[in-house]
Amino acid sequence: MILTALDYRPGIIVLLPLIASCLIYVLGEHVRPNFREAITFAAAFPMAALVYSMIPAALAGKEIGFTLLEIVKGVPLQFSVDAAGMIFACVASTLWIVTSCYSIGYMRGHGEKNQTGYYSAFAMCLTATMGLCFSANLLTFFIFFEVLTVATYPLVVHYRDEEGTRSGRKYLAYTLISGQLFFAGIVILYSFTGRMDFVPGGFVNTGDIPMPWMLAVFILMIGAGIVKAGVMPLHSWLPAAMVAPTPVSALLHAVAVVKAGAFCTLRVVLYVFGPEAARFCHGSEILAWMAVATILISSLIAIRKDNLKARLAFSTVGQLSYIILGIAILSPFAATGALYHIVAHAFMKITLFMCAGAIFVTTHRKNISEMIGIGRQMPVTMTCFTLASLAVAGFPFFVGFTSKANIIMGAISMGQPFFVATLIVSALLALTYLMPVVLLAFKRDFYNSQFPVKKEASLPMLIPIMFTAACSLILGVMPNFGLHLYDLAAMAGNAIFGLSL
Amino acid sequence: MKNLPAYIVLLPLCSALLSLALSKIHKHLGRDVVFGALAGSLVLSVVQLVRVIQNGPIHYVFGGYKIPYGIEFSVDTINAVIVIMVCMLGVLSCMFAFNFDKNGDALQVGGAYTMHALLVLGMVGMTMTGDVFNLYVFLEITSLTAYCLIAMGGSRGIVSAFRYLLVGTVAATFYLLGVGILYSVTGTLNMSDMAACLKQGNNDSAMLMAMMFLIAAFGIKMALFPFHGWQPSAYTHAHTGARPLIAGAMGKIPAYAMFRYLYCIYGKDFKYFRYVLLIIGVISVCGMIYGSVRAMAQKDIRKVLAYSSVAQIGYISLGFAIGSPLALAGAFLHMLGHAFMKGGLFFAAGAISWKYGTFDLNDFGRIYKKMPFTVGLLTVGALSMIGIPPTVGFFSKWYLACGAAQTHEYVYIFVLVLSSLLNAVYFFKVIEKVFVQADKNRTPLHPEGKGVTEAPITIMIPVVTCILMILLLGVFNVKVIDILLISLKGVAL
Repeated sequence: MILTALDYRPGIIVLLPLIASCLIYVLGEHVRPNFREAITFAAAFPMAALVYSMIPAALAGKEIGFTLLEIVKGVPLQFSVDAAGMIFACVASTLWIVTSCYSIGYMRGHGEKNQTGYYSAFAMCLTATMGLCFSANLLTFFIFFEVLTVATYPLVVHYRDEEGTRSGRKYLAYTLISGQLFFAGIVILYSFTGRMDFVPGGFVNTGDIPMPWMLAVFILMIGAGIVKAGVMPLHSWLPAAMVAPTPVSALLHAVAVVKAGAFCTLRVVLYVFGPEAARFCHGSEILAWMAVATILISSLIAIRKDNLKARLAFSTVGQLSYIILGIAILSPFAATGALYHIVAHAFMKITLFMCAGAIFVTTHRKNISEMIGIGRQMPVTMTCFTLASLAVAGFPFFVGFTSKANIIMGAISMGQPFFVATLIVSALLALTYLMPVVLLAFKRDFYNSQFPVKKEASLPMLIPIMFTAACSLILGVMPNFGLHLYDLAAMAGNAIFGLSL
Repeated sequence: MKNLPAYIVLLPLCSALLSLALSKIHKHLGRDVVFGALAGSLVLSVVQLVRVIQNGPIHYVFGGYKIPYGIEFSVDTINAVIVIMVCMLGVLSCMFAFNFDKNGDALQVGGAYTMHALLVLGMVGMTMTGDVFNLYVFLEITSLTAYCLIAMGGSRGIVSAFRYLLVGTVAATFYLLGVGILYSVTGTLNMSDMAACLKQGNNDSAMLMAMMFLIAAFGIKMALFPFHGWQPSAYTHAHTGARPLIAGAMGKIPAYAMFRYLYCIYGKDFKYFRYVLLIIGVISVCGMIYGSVRAMAQKDIRKVLAYSSVAQIGYISLGFAIGSPLALAGAFLHMLGHAFMKGGLFFAAGAISWKYGTFDLNDFGRIYKKMPFTVGLLTVGALSMIGIPPTVGFFSKWYLACGAAQTHEYVYIFVLVLSSLLNAVYFFKVIEKVFVQADKNRTPLHPEGKGVTEAPITIMIPVVTCILMILLLGVFNVKVIDILLISLKGVAL
């Protein structure tokens, strides 16, 4: 990217959690837990503030950033800020604060072991995520992508038991294989085009690579993204990773990891290949149909799951494919919707997961069938759960509606009635798998029997839940509230397709 | 400082001779002298690199005899860098060895350091020499000292050393046969002179014959598949203090010698050059896969690392087989990087064994609780082996893959991908062991206090230095590549 102004803020943002991570690893066992958690917050708050401070520049369409050094011959390690990266950065940095607060309540409430490693790896994940947001070229992106892969591993195996070990192996197998193929794709693409930098609308011309090779490179490169985003049939690591503690699930599903996958797909399809080349090599069609299949199948699987976290995990698999579908439709509306769905899904799904975690810590129940009447005991938690469920189903005035409406408009404008139908059916399916939880929780007949006393989770857990639930409501009514995230999404969508605002 | 290249070789030689005599006076006097001399060589080799970059290649003639009759040291940017790597590992493993010389009488202790210094001397000489027969002399010095150091590793070490002795002698013979053929064709032993003579004459079939002998000879010495049979047991049972040096540096020097024969003496005009490269490429690919597959099955961390070396040396020869400037630069970057990775991993494994006296992976369960620092560094080394950025392992792989793409040999890219994944399988097994799996009751050899107890500083400095080098070489790889490309420009495909 051509930088219009030199700015070191992206670099500082990447550095802050990195320092925090190292400090926590080194000091963690030697200092009091309160001090250890203070390190997290000491990095999280300035980081979020710095991210917010760059919003005006991103809104003005300025390309700010800097080049650190030449990382390999001919390719710089470059950071820059653009609208798409800004959205992801805002979401991740905001939710890091939220999740850290929640983690303290959860980990202590549940008496977890290995907390030092947990907070350290968490901060490392944030380093990688921020790096992904602000990478200006493919190689920089890939470096942080691999760091994220490795940094998530300790979180998945957090419990250090047999099941955790198995999930860890599964996670590594999926992400490392796809990551290495991504690497091969980057090398081949670079040898053909000699370019690496992200350009809105892509830099690959239809004639650059002979046709069968082009599709092959496309598939190699999106593989890594769709594995992390849990697109079927490459999703099975994600439900397996459910064994980790709930804040980790929140990180995986809402803050960083799967979103990084969706973001990777976005960068590859729309900033490297571009709409024209993606359509030319039929890659976008394959991607769209995979997403459609995932949306429908995952919702059907989710209905059958009794474990609340497993149900939410399959819901994530489906919701992430909305983003993938939005990218693959290749229209400005759909791209805007896809970007905004990163925001929307983050707030909705983190609320749901944090509610599930709060229930688990307070009552030690995991299965939906054991939660009948729980609304009596935890009214606030379950109200937030209800709000987020409605948002996932895409009710108007909830955040999920805005993004979904944009994707549907994109599908209509491209003349794809089947995609429209899919999105509507999946909204109904989402109601089918989430509403029973809500209805059972507030079932009057069982009041007083199982959950007689009113007892919520501790405040560090409750406040984040209320905050994110409120966000998913407020952002549904006013998509631009606070951080101008919708404008940023629309800007990015228009820039990719060469339209002016 | 006209005699700079000579000093780098002479310092370890003098210290080697002094070490034995001085250890008669005091048990640990010899090791101090050797350490000082190696550190001196390291400083001089850095000075040498700076000079080579500033003033171009150094051609140093011993005793003032005219070339091609005299013995010449020719130093360009590539071997100047490799010499630094060897000296650095020499110094570090000498420091590391301090912790393992408590047993044995003065003669054994002093002798071990003598061998140590001679091994460094042999490798440095082999790297810098510009004379094919002089190369043989240094090759023999390297081999003989290596036999001794391996045999010092106890009863199994003696068997491994004897096995290596037999195979290594065959290699030396092959080398002499190859050199003999080339000498009969050209009538000279000086490398640059030989290169000039070979270009004029039309001796393709004799050259091919010689090349086959040389590939076999260097293949054995660098433990390239399928000539690697001696290597795993030799690395495993070598003297603990010398193991990082043997495993880290010893395989790389014959690889560099092979590069010299391929690209500096034969050159790309050689009629069968492409075929030779193809053969090297095929055996490299087989080695990369075979080594990793064997490494997966091992339970002893030394064996894991030894088999991983069989695979990793394949990366280097793969770079030679691809032959484009970037691939060659990648091969040399990997040579440097892998020396520090393997050295660092053996240092870290040594730290754990110093503490608990075990190399068995099953005894490593959750050892991070006791030695978080060592284990953290071990993890970085392992990630570099797999090729996770921003470690050097990733960048050398990047250059190799880019080089392969330049010459349109896309198969090699996928081999690199496959090999990284196989590496991931067994290195994540190690990582899983040290962080995740339940700990056993380990009985510490050295008294441990409560909580964290790391190995002593003389073990930790080598570990930290190696891991730092991995990261520095990774992040600042362009600087190294630029230095290497100065000398590679003329010879690469």
